[in-house]
Amino acid sequence: MTEMLKIDKLNKTFAAPTGDVIALNNIQLQVKKGEFITIIGPSGCGKSTLLKIVAGLDTDYTGAVVLNGKPVDGPSIEKGFIFQEPRLFPWLTVEKNIAANLSLKDPTTRTRVTELIELVRLTGFEKSYPRELSGGMAQRVAIARALLRNPDVLLLDEPFGALDAFTRAHLQEVLLDIWQTNRTTMLFVTHDLDEAVFLGQRVIIMNPRPGHIRSVQPIDLPFPRKRSSSSFQELRHKVLSEFEKVEEPTIDVGAGI
Amino acid sequence: MSEQVLVKKQHERDGWLSRIPKPLHGWILPLIIVVIWELVSDIGNISATMLPSPISVVAQFARLTMNGELFEYIGISVYRAAQGFLLGSIAGLLIGLSTGLGKLVERTLDTSLQLIRTIPLLSLIPLFILWFGIGEFSKVLMIALGAFFPVYLNTFLGIRSVDLKLFEVSRIFQYTRWQLLCKMIIPAALPNILLGVRLSLGISWLVLVVAEMMGASAGVGYMIQDARGYSQTDIVFVGIIIFAVVGKFSDSGVRYLEKKWLHWRDTYKG
Repeated sequence: MTEMLKIDKLNKTFAAPTGDVIALNNIQLQVKKGEFITIIGPSGCGKSTLLKIVAGLDTDYTGAVVLNGKPVDGPSIEKGFIFQEPRLFPWLTVEKNIAANLSLKDPTTRTRVTELIELVRLTGFEKSYPRELSGGMAQRVAIARALLRNPDVLLLDEPFGALDAFTRAHLQEVLLDIWQTNRTTMLFVTHDLDEAVFLGQRVIIMNPRPGHIRSVQPIDLPFPRKRSSSSFQELRHKVLSEFEKVEEPTIDVGAGI
Repeated sequence: MSEQVLVKKQHERDGWLSRIPKPLHGWILPLIIVVIWELVSDIGNISATMLPSPISVVAQFARLTMNGELFEYIGISVYRAAQGFLLGSIAGLLIGLSTGLGKLVERTLDTSLQLIRTIPLLSLIPLFILWFGIGEFSKVLMIALGAFFPVYLNTFLGIRSVDLKLFEVSRIFQYTRWQLLCKMIIPAALPNILLGVRLSLGISWLVLVVAEMMGASAGVGYMIQDARGYSQTDIVFVGIIIFAVVGKFSDSGVRYLEKKWLHWRDTYKG
């Protein structure tokens, strides 16, 4: 398969009153077309910053971020983005939120919107307003909205972080469903270990201060995965041990509280 | 069974109110005041010049309606207020949009506008008369100036309180500038804009009366001023009530638009 996203020697510093803070240090990452990548790390490791740079929302960096052979220089519809919050337009109904700046009067858009509402299992809620939706439903609308633009890559920034465990598990299934149907490349940032192993074909483990990639763990389990299976647990432990190494400098073992 | 109990409870809580149709609830208090007013002017020894009875006011209203004077005056007043209101609020909307959207426009324009805003409008009357005379133009311009600021301030505020997070979404979807304005900024700022419109309608009415009293040969304000000169207090009351009723109707109009356009809001409704 071909490399669709190449990140090479990516560095990012934030200017702070106490001096510059290195947010991302020498990030190297190549993503194949159709691949499902999860990025996991403690807060402050720059995983969200990395995602924003790939999205083109943050262009103040050094190094190269190349999508489909073109350097990323701003946001575009090829890079769908799902935020932690659904970020729906409160004055629009579900179907109009999905269409957003596209017109529902256009028959192709109309059909696609109906299909996507079915895909995210929201049939019957087309005319509802965001205030009438639960958190999980609203996030599914946001996913449909991103998918309508047929993005080459879908960037997800802890999209299920604010949801309860049941809704989260359900939405993970929905997302895998979508991935298997559409084969959209996924870059999924999370701080949930189970989620990272459950979804990703490769788990990128990031380390803070300065933010860099600690290691990459391939997850060679077939879908659908069983969380209770021993191979799943084994890989989970493998990532966890990496994760603990990551946490090491920040945890004072035996310091006592 | 339990539903019936609930309904009954609701009735008990509202008591006698439940016997009166809901839209009329707001009119109970004005009605009581009118009744007391009638009693006071009947029993008490108050001269009709000080406080005419409601019945004489109604009689005067009927007379003015019959000879067509009243509706002519109302028409002229409403036309004036509408001209001034439209001029002022559209200018307020457009300038509010441009200061809200552009930092440069804000920096160059806002200070001047804020300076003008602090001047009490009524203190400008002598200048308006001096510069523009006491004709229609002068009146409409004054109303427009009064109507301008509420819409201007609230449009600006509405735009500046647009959620940055939604703005990011519109960047990712590559909204054109036009789409950004029509599908993102204006809908998000609409609650504030409508509030500005409501305030500005009230001010238009207020300035209208002042403008018509400072010199006019027609209109409800003129009618009041003229009647006062002849001690026809009942006509003064007719004029005041007309202002109250027309003002209330215009306000209801905006509230209807709020209900229609802002029903998506997730707010406490009492």
